[in-house]
Amino acid sequence: MKLIFEKSVPGRGMTLLPKCDVPEVKLPGELVRDAAPALPEISETDLSRHYTELCQHVHGVNCGFYPLGSCTMKYNPRIDEEMAALPGFTNIHPLAPAHTTTGCQEVLDTARAYLCEVTGMDGMTFQPAAGAHGEFTGVLLIKQYHDARDDKKRTKIIVPDSAHGTNPATAAMCGFEVVNIPSAPNGCVDLDALRAVLGEDTAGLMLTNPNTVGIFDENILEITRLVHEAGGLCYYDGANLNAVMGVVRPGDMGFDCIHMNLHKTFATPHGGGGPGAGAVGCKEFLKPYLPQSALMTGSDRLQVRSFAGNFLVVVKALTYIMTLGRQGIPEAAQNAVLNANYLMAKIKGTFTPAFDRICMHEFVLDLSEFKKETGVSALDVAKSLIDYGMHPPTMYFPLIVHEALMLEPTETESRETLDWAAEVFRKLYALGHTDPEFMHNAPHNAQIGRPDEVKAARHPILRWQKV
Amino acid sequence: MGSYVPSTHQEREEMLHALGLTELRDLYRDVPQAMYLDGKLNIPDGMSELEVSRAVSAMAAKNRVFSTVLRGAGSYDHYIPSIVKFIPNKEEFLTAYTPYQAEMSQGVLQSIFEYQTMICQLTGMDVSNASVYDGATAAAEAAAMCRDRKHHVTLVSAAAHPDTINTIRTYCYGTGDEMRIVPMKDGKTDMDALREMLTAGDVASFYVQQPNFYGQFESAEALGQLVHDADAMYIMGCNPISLAIVKTPRDCGADIAVGEGQPLGMPIGFGGPYLGYMATTGKYMRKLPGRIVGETTDNDGNRAYVLSLQAREQHIRREKASSNICSNEALCALTASVYMAAMGPDGMAEAARQSMAKAHYLADGLCAIPGVTLRYTGDFFHEFVTDLPRTDEVLKALEEADILGGLPIENGGILWCATEKADKAALDKTIAICREVLKK
Repeated sequence: MKLIFEKSVPGRGMTLLPKCDVPEVKLPGELVRDAAPALPEISETDLSRHYTELCQHVHGVNCGFYPLGSCTMKYNPRIDEEMAALPGFTNIHPLAPAHTTTGCQEVLDTARAYLCEVTGMDGMTFQPAAGAHGEFTGVLLIKQYHDARDDKKRTKIIVPDSAHGTNPATAAMCGFEVVNIPSAPNGCVDLDALRAVLGEDTAGLMLTNPNTVGIFDENILEITRLVHEAGGLCYYDGANLNAVMGVVRPGDMGFDCIHMNLHKTFATPHGGGGPGAGAVGCKEFLKPYLPQSALMTGSDRLQVRSFAGNFLVVVKALTYIMTLGRQGIPEAAQNAVLNANYLMAKIKGTFTPAFDRICMHEFVLDLSEFKKETGVSALDVAKSLIDYGMHPPTMYFPLIVHEALMLEPTETESRETLDWAAEVFRKLYALGHTDPEFMHNAPHNAQIGRPDEVKAARHPILRWQKV
Repeated sequence: MGSYVPSTHQEREEMLHALGLTELRDLYRDVPQAMYLDGKLNIPDGMSELEVSRAVSAMAAKNRVFSTVLRGAGSYDHYIPSIVKFIPNKEEFLTAYTPYQAEMSQGVLQSIFEYQTMICQLTGMDVSNASVYDGATAAAEAAAMCRDRKHHVTLVSAAAHPDTINTIRTYCYGTGDEMRIVPMKDGKTDMDALREMLTAGDVASFYVQQPNFYGQFESAEALGQLVHDADAMYIMGCNPISLAIVKTPRDCGADIAVGEGQPLGMPIGFGGPYLGYMATTGKYMRKLPGRIVGETTDNDGNRAYVLSLQAREQHIRREKASSNICSNEALCALTASVYMAAMGPDGMAEAARQSMAKAHYLADGLCAIPGVTLRYTGDFFHEFVTDLPRTDEVLKALEEADILGGLPIENGGILWCATEKADKAALDKTIAICREVLKK
């Protein structure tokens, strides 16, 4: 595909603005830019076709099955998009007088009330723009809490070794030392390992439940009790909330604060990597530390970005929650879990689940035996799936499972799709034993073959330049 | 209630049966009984699409949409070309995730590569990342990039956006670093104060906004010279529309250029989603946080794009990563690309020139009214501050005429903004209303 710059022809363009109807003002000479930026000069036809060509080489949830574990690639309802595009939302200035933005306030208040109920929290901010940003916000609540009590000795955040990389990175951004604890053989928190590291220096624990191997930690009440007993707080990483929303609440599990990924659990689209929204909820005692925009509120609290967050994403999530309601929220969770278990059961007998038991909304396959037998890796299997038009599962995560493939089918896939996916996995399992070479070279029908990532890193080309 | 679950009740029964289970509750056997909600979620019943459409539209209808917006302060009401609204809504772009699997994501990867190129063109820099959350976090991430053990202080101009200043403060609080505010003089960064504050040996960087929060052009080159003389790094937060005509941060000596990308085709949208752009020189390429797309070849030698330089990122480095940022505002970056391509160099320059011209026309008109003065007299872009009596009455009268006036700020000032969207008639009407109110 040609780059848009390679389609540019000097003098082409669109007619977008009227002639200026007020006198021109000259920019002082020392401020004038030397040469115009070399942006594309392109007709509207070519612009439209360029992006149509690009989007034909993108796999979205609307194109086909997307079982990317830990990312909750569920269907994104179009009504949510339509509501977020209403001029009554898009044309509202964040600093407009409050009496002219009561609709926006109603959106935020309603979403806050529903999400507090879903999570068992008392307060919530929508400032964070993404999941990792929500983690940062949540752990800052913990930091402020200890600081306000002048409890300076609490310097450590405990993170299980199965955690997503953002957890330790977040704790470090908040100035904490990260204490990694090993998981028990069943993939859950090892209570002895936890007890061994808890102490006066514990600021808190970051935990996902269900965890990253898709298991609900049955010791959750004991875990949060132990952390609280040591004087620490419990942070719930809402990455996997889709498995339990409306079924069980993080607040009831003993967590003090949580982030949610509205773009996962509450169906707002991922947009090729954002914008999402990382709402952060907390118990009453942490509410005074929730971030606020200095300019909007005049408060002296901390804040994690400008204004009130990704508001239009909140509109989408609220539309989704209102659609599903009291019955639909748990129904979605239950069917996400049902679909995952159904798919796992169908694949079992070929590829091996890392934990052979009831899972939550996702499960992990351990391909290390398969690789020993055939030489075909998890990567080879992932790339082979592309030829079937299926987006590969998350690869090599969590780190505690070798040759891991993590599948999360979500509740919005039909039984036929799951049957078909299981059939594809079975075919690839067989192919690994008969023609491993073919799989080493997969994909065969994609737009490109495997890219040379080493070359990309060693000789970085990060922008187009005219030759 | 609404539902997006395709399985019928019978199918669910059959699937459960295939698992040797009888009811959905059986799937949650690890959940302690006492905390199992069992249908007691206390939110309203679900709705059909038509009902929910009515309910949410009713909320939107409670907001007031003004026909003229003369308020900016970090959220700018520029014209958004029609095609810019359509392309990012293509379902493939909308519903894909981060392009981890390059073989089935070339479209997204190429669009990001093109975005990075455009940001480099706009800023004069060598390397851009794929985006961060917004302008405030871009500034905070840039400041974090510059700090090390010996240099733990970030200097920030008092004339920067208050939310940017406070976000930098927050990120500094996280890592236990320090932010110091360089005072303002006549609406711009006080150069003498900056020179003095740079003499402390622990300064990592200085952040300035161009044009600044009050619309004033800073003496960006001279500031950069001071910062570099003190061996600190220079971060500029630039309005991307202004960059079509204003000297690039690179030419002003900036080491890192950041800014709020919202003016590049995103609606004001009550504050988000917006877009943080972030670019730097080749020297600091490997310190840049966030996703970066690079060009390479596939196993047949064809041009291909991949997420690159991942050794910087949290999923590899975990607690040693410089930031926890991962996916953030990709679709906004796509929007910005489409905007920049649709406008082209001439269209962007025209938007910049017209915004500036209209702001000056408004300023001249207002200041011709007895009792109205410009608070700061330096060169300005599309924002300026007036001092006038009876701020509240003026803004209220404008509101009644369907005009969102400037933002009331400290000491009775009003921070006005005009873009190419404000036509002469609207500006004349604004001036006339102000004159009328202040006559009384």
